[in-house]
Amino acid sequence: MSNDAAFVEFQRVQKSYDGEILVVKDLNLSMPKGEFLTMLGPSGSGKTTCLMMLAGFETATHGEIMLDGRPINNIPPHKRGIGMVFQNYALFPHMTVAENLSFPLEVRGIGKDKREEKVKRALDMVQMGAFGSRRPAQLSGGQQQRIALARALVFEPELVLMDEPLGALDKQLREHMQFEITRLAHELGITTVYVTHDQTEALTMSDRVAVFDDGRIQQLAPPDLLYEEPENSFVAQFIGENNTLEGVIKSIDGDSCVVTLDDGSEIDAKPVNVHNAGERTKVSIRPERVEFNKDRLHADAHTLKATVKEFIYMGDVFRFRVSVAGNDDFIIKTRNAPDAIKLSPGEEVEIGWLAHDCRALDA
Amino acid sequence: MTDATQSGPMLAADGTPLKKSLARSLRRRKLRALALIAPLLLFVLLSFVIPIVSMLFRSVENSIVSETLPLTVIELQHWDAESGELPDEALYAAFTKDMVAAVEAKQHTRLGTRLNYEQTGMSSMFRKSGRQIKRLDVEADAPFKEKLIDIHDGWGDVETWKVIKTHAVPITNGYFLNAVDMRRTPEGAQSQPEDKQILIKLFGRTLFMSLVITGSCILLAYPISYLLANLPMRVSNLLMILVLLPFWTSLLVRTSAWKVMLQQQGVINETLVWLGLVADDARLVIINNQIGTIIAMTHILLPFMVLPMYSVMQTIPETYTRAAKSMGATNWTTFWRIYFPQSIPGIGAGSILVFILSIGYYITPEIVGGTKGVFISNRIAYHISSSLNWGLAAALGTILLAVVLLLYWVYDKIVGIDNVKLG
Repeated sequence: MSNDAAFVEFQRVQKSYDGEILVVKDLNLSMPKGEFLTMLGPSGSGKTTCLMMLAGFETATHGEIMLDGRPINNIPPHKRGIGMVFQNYALFPHMTVAENLSFPLEVRGIGKDKREEKVKRALDMVQMGAFGSRRPAQLSGGQQQRIALARALVFEPELVLMDEPLGALDKQLREHMQFEITRLAHELGITTVYVTHDQTEALTMSDRVAVFDDGRIQQLAPPDLLYEEPENSFVAQFIGENNTLEGVIKSIDGDSCVVTLDDGSEIDAKPVNVHNAGERTKVSIRPERVEFNKDRLHADAHTLKATVKEFIYMGDVFRFRVSVAGNDDFIIKTRNAPDAIKLSPGEEVEIGWLAHDCRALDA
Repeated sequence: MTDATQSGPMLAADGTPLKKSLARSLRRRKLRALALIAPLLLFVLLSFVIPIVSMLFRSVENSIVSETLPLTVIELQHWDAESGELPDEALYAAFTKDMVAAVEAKQHTRLGTRLNYEQTGMSSMFRKSGRQIKRLDVEADAPFKEKLIDIHDGWGDVETWKVIKTHAVPITNGYFLNAVDMRRTPEGAQSQPEDKQILIKLFGRTLFMSLVITGSCILLAYPISYLLANLPMRVSNLLMILVLLPFWTSLLVRTSAWKVMLQQQGVINETLVWLGLVADDARLVIINNQIGTIIAMTHILLPFMVLPMYSVMQTIPETYTRAAKSMGATNWTTFWRIYFPQSIPGIGAGSILVFILSIGYYITPEIVGGTKGVFISNRIAYHISSSLNWGLAAALGTILLAVVLLLYWVYDKIVGIDNVKLG
């Protein structure tokens, strides 16, 4: 099977628990073999439900889920051969670490010698070789996490699902494990579906990220595109820090448009999912793309007057909160460079941006 | 700031040793805690600990013989019970003196009752002789040997004096020997005649039936608890009320209801006959025997099994079973290898609770057990309220307590008491 063909595919999948509300609305997703795909979204957005449908613990109300070309709707979870890492690890407390790892091999009827060899290899893979005889309760959170990972991989599944596996770890350990997981996934060439509500995790680990909201995929794109070219205002808001200004489209001219903000001032923007003059729009600008150095802007670019409300020193960056066009929470970030300008509260500046950094999105 | 450099005990800021300072600051809190538990402590002490200790003491206490017949007991020491000859005149004189005093104080019937436990006939012998011995003059009417034998043949029987001598000790193991179907004789402990050996059998039956009841409770409660623990909260709360409903009904009402159900003319038999499953002349005998006791007690004790099981099962996250299934385990393997081992603490807690409750159960076996389905506790109740042999009742109770403690210890050795969880 070639790498481009869909290995996991959701075809028009819908899910409802109570027959009244759709938790997942018309989900279409296709991922090739070996991809690391993250489902990102706020809680209640349907991402975990999708994962559970893929694992077989929930049945799709409508639509088809395909695994390697086969529909799996009627295959029970234990026959799907999908490895899974759970949020709270789900290590069996009455078994030792080695017994935990040996369990999936045992139920597959693999012989004792082969089992021991595989368990040892899996433990070494996560640098936990010396912990085989411990009980899960004797391990730290990070160690349990590694064991859970090793257990999901020990029977060499082609697809591994991870349901917020790093949620319970502290920041430093989480960053370390993010790296470990991606390294293992790429080394072993496994296809991974990863669920998280932490956008940093999603951006740093994934080949592609599916942003979920309201039971739909809002955007499915590689991390850089997701951040720099959000396709609607939910994604722009959800991923990274974002400034929003509201207004009406005054005119559209192909790749650029002019937006009249609610206070009457005008700005340049790039129309993304607005099409006609007169439509309401939310304009999205990343804080680090705002300029108050007029030389860097287009000669006839529109600018706005801003009053500095607050200056926050964050070490590597400066963060200004300014009041612009009636929005008091407009954030500007500049790098702490030798020539960086420090503005104090009360100062007035003129700010602007390149038209393609400012995206006119749905209201 | 100075503490780190000092050798010796740590000092508080004012120079007193830190430990003392800490103790002082905690004293108030300790006193407060003590004051809070004091009413209950007092109540438990007065209404529970003291009666139990006094009851336990009754199982060995036997001062009635030596207190009622002090002179006789001294004289009996000189008499050789093995000789087969009657005691001499001195003893009869001492006995008459004791009896006159005892009749005066109306103690002789009590002594008769006590000795009647050991040899039937003693009670009436003391009662009948009492009236006539009272008329004897302690000084003038000597010698007494012939006169006493005239009053009642029993006084001319060596056995009578043997019994009195054997049970003259103030602290006796007699009740305990009786409790295990043995008796105290001048020749030492001997087993009771076969027709009197019922208590060991009763102990055995109590243990066996308690185990059967515990077992059937486990079998019935496990699926219910599993269902309750895995249903949505709203539904499981409703079902929980159904489980607890009988729990809130009077024990007597429930037991009587079983009587109505299980009788030969009762609901179950009538239905089976009506359905033609059982012939009219071969109605099932399911009451006034062991089956009746087991059915009724299983029903009554079921909530005690369901509750701990349910609360333990509730703490087993669904992710364990999901994880097992994702690793390729079938439903059965998942249950047996993953779910069941984690539910054992609940089974343990429920079993201990049900077993210990049933081993001392009394009302239900009394009502539905007939003669074959009664427990040792019914025998204890009989000795407390009917035969008034409190010593034997106390001995039986002590043995029961010891057996329960022993089983508890065994359970701890095998399963481990820290493996028991109530939730």
